[in-house]
Amino acid sequence: MKKTLKKVVSLGLLGALTVASLAGCGTKNTGAGDGTFLIGGLGPLTGAAASYGISVKQGAEVAIDEINAAGGAKVGDTSLQLKLQFEDDEADGDTASAAYNTLMDKGIQALLGTVTSGAGLAIADQTNADGILQITPSGSAKDLTKNPNAFRLCFTDPLQGETMAKYAVETLGLKKVALLYNNSDDYSTGVAEAFESKVKELGGEVVAKEAFVTDAVDFNTQLTSIKGTDAQIIFAPVYYQDAAYITTQASELGMTLPFIGSDGWDGVLDKVVDKKVLEGAVFLSPFLATDPDTAVQSFVTKYKEKYDATPDQFAADGYDTVYVIKAALEKAGKTDSKDLIKAMTEIEVKGLTGTVTFDASGEPNKGAKFVEIKNGEYTSKTVE
Amino acid sequence: MESIIEQFINGLRSGSIYALIALGYTMVYGIAKMINFAHGDIIMVGAYVLYVSITDFKMPVIAAVIFTIAICALLGIFIEKVAYKPLRKAPPLAVLITAIGVSYLLQSVAQLIFTANSITFKSIINLEAVHIGGITIPGITIVTLVVTSVCMIALTLFINKTKMGSAMRAVSEDKAAAQLMGINVNRTISVTFAIGSALAAVAGIMFICQFQSIKPTLGALPGIKAFVAAVLGGIGSVPGAMLGGVLLGVIESLSKAYLSTELSDAIVFGVLVIVLLVKPSGLLGKNRIEKV
Repeated sequence: MKKTLKKVVSLGLLGALTVASLAGCGTKNTGAGDGTFLIGGLGPLTGAAASYGISVKQGAEVAIDEINAAGGAKVGDTSLQLKLQFEDDEADGDTASAAYNTLMDKGIQALLGTVTSGAGLAIADQTNADGILQITPSGSAKDLTKNPNAFRLCFTDPLQGETMAKYAVETLGLKKVALLYNNSDDYSTGVAEAFESKVKELGGEVVAKEAFVTDAVDFNTQLTSIKGTDAQIIFAPVYYQDAAYITTQASELGMTLPFIGSDGWDGVLDKVVDKKVLEGAVFLSPFLATDPDTAVQSFVTKYKEKYDATPDQFAADGYDTVYVIKAALEKAGKTDSKDLIKAMTEIEVKGLTGTVTFDASGEPNKGAKFVEIKNGEYTSKTVE
Repeated sequence: MESIIEQFINGLRSGSIYALIALGYTMVYGIAKMINFAHGDIIMVGAYVLYVSITDFKMPVIAAVIFTIAICALLGIFIEKVAYKPLRKAPPLAVLITAIGVSYLLQSVAQLIFTANSITFKSIINLEAVHIGGITIPGITIVTLVVTSVCMIALTLFINKTKMGSAMRAVSEDKAAAQLMGINVNRTISVTFAIGSALAAVAGIMFICQFQSIKPTLGALPGIKAFVAAVLGGIGSVPGAMLGGVLLGVIESLSKAYLSTELSDAIVFGVLVIVLLVKPSGLLGKNRIEKV
């Protein structure tokens, strides 16, 4: 039994070595010599999470067309045209691993991916061993950036909670907050926990902490409990359907406390009967297609022309990630991943999802983008 | 103090809806000796029928409500005739499985027609909230309490004062003897299903006026809670279903508010376990000794 295991392990190692050496060849072959820089993309193009992967891919393609039309990325003395090779990982770890190997065989020089957290965690150690620059546009799991070669563009779940805590306590000056979250959901609990500890750190107080479970429709009890406290604001890190129930029922109970939420609120306007119940609610969202900002509008127009669809936050993440890679290339002046990785912490990119810099741990620093619901519409709100 | 009263009212409201649904379970069990697990999905059908009749057929509210109740009552009779009647002599397990099958069939058909996405629906009940001291009672809560009370009183009078009510009581006592006395058992069973389903339709209407959102699985959770309420009160007993429903709602609301939101379901089911251990027939159930 042990012998078989050893055989399997050594075969696996041999395979990995072969792939690594092939990949090395690839890098040399398609390097700066022929005037292109090849970006590998990994995300689900089929399966349940397909809409995320397709959005990221299409957003990235818009960015690449734009960059190439403007003359490409200036690396040292030459200009390089960018190319994207996107593979389907079905949001699945094993498929992602195989797809990553395919990409390396094709000689990719940086990796845009993965789109989802699970697939990214499955290949994190592989990409680190290969030493290739990896940037996830949208994976929010903490461990995705544990390796020195890995960076992230989007907010993590805990960061969302911290940002909203700062908004409530520092920006609005409301120290007594109520928390209403889904305790059977990782996303909701992750944001809620970070929010709670940040509020305490900032000198605020969580005066009510109410939970519910997935598929709950009746929030009257929780809201009545919150009503009985001296809370000044309610934070609900939940998905849009829950947010619709919560705000409607709060209004029926005669509650006038302001609501703040997380990016799961995106889409909530279509789920309420009376849009007035959402008036004044503020939530975090990296991207808003109706944002009057010229860069955003130009992107939305190009995206609509090319794909006949309105871009979502994933498309904007894909677009920004390509610009981050371009900035790293121009800063490094070279195409080797080790130089690109070094350059990552020295760049600043003004993207659709905010102006971003990266720290050595791979996490983004960017100003939060808030969405406020005004007159029954999403409007973008800038908070310093 | 105000908060306790408000929580109590919250509990009464959800409890009275549970009671309405529990009546359907308990009546069908009393007469046909079967658990109709498709009962919860009649609530969902009622919600969609009301939605369609108001949004697509543009019916006036009163007509739409009557139409919804009528459709659900007919659906109840239809399900009984097609799915349960042929199995009346079959072992109880077969009927139970059929009931679950009907439940999934209703959900799947609704999903085919309306897709799995939830639909928003503007409440047909628009009553201003009432403020008494520091207490706010939402309008929908008042309507729910009034409507369910009226339904329960009407049902009690029907069962105790009318000929059909006597027939139902007789059939639930002893089907064969009732038949010998000249009672039309088939018709009595049909009427029972019709009344149970009509009450479920009322619950469905109350449900979507409260939550203003409809999806194919909306009946599942209230259905199962109401079943628990029926068992708690003593399945087969009409006053038991009412008591069980209201009690369940109040326990649920108070435990969510003052003990733990996460544990509220555990507490509700814990109470059920304790009641069944101490009094296996439920709170108001009869201790019946099966003759061999």
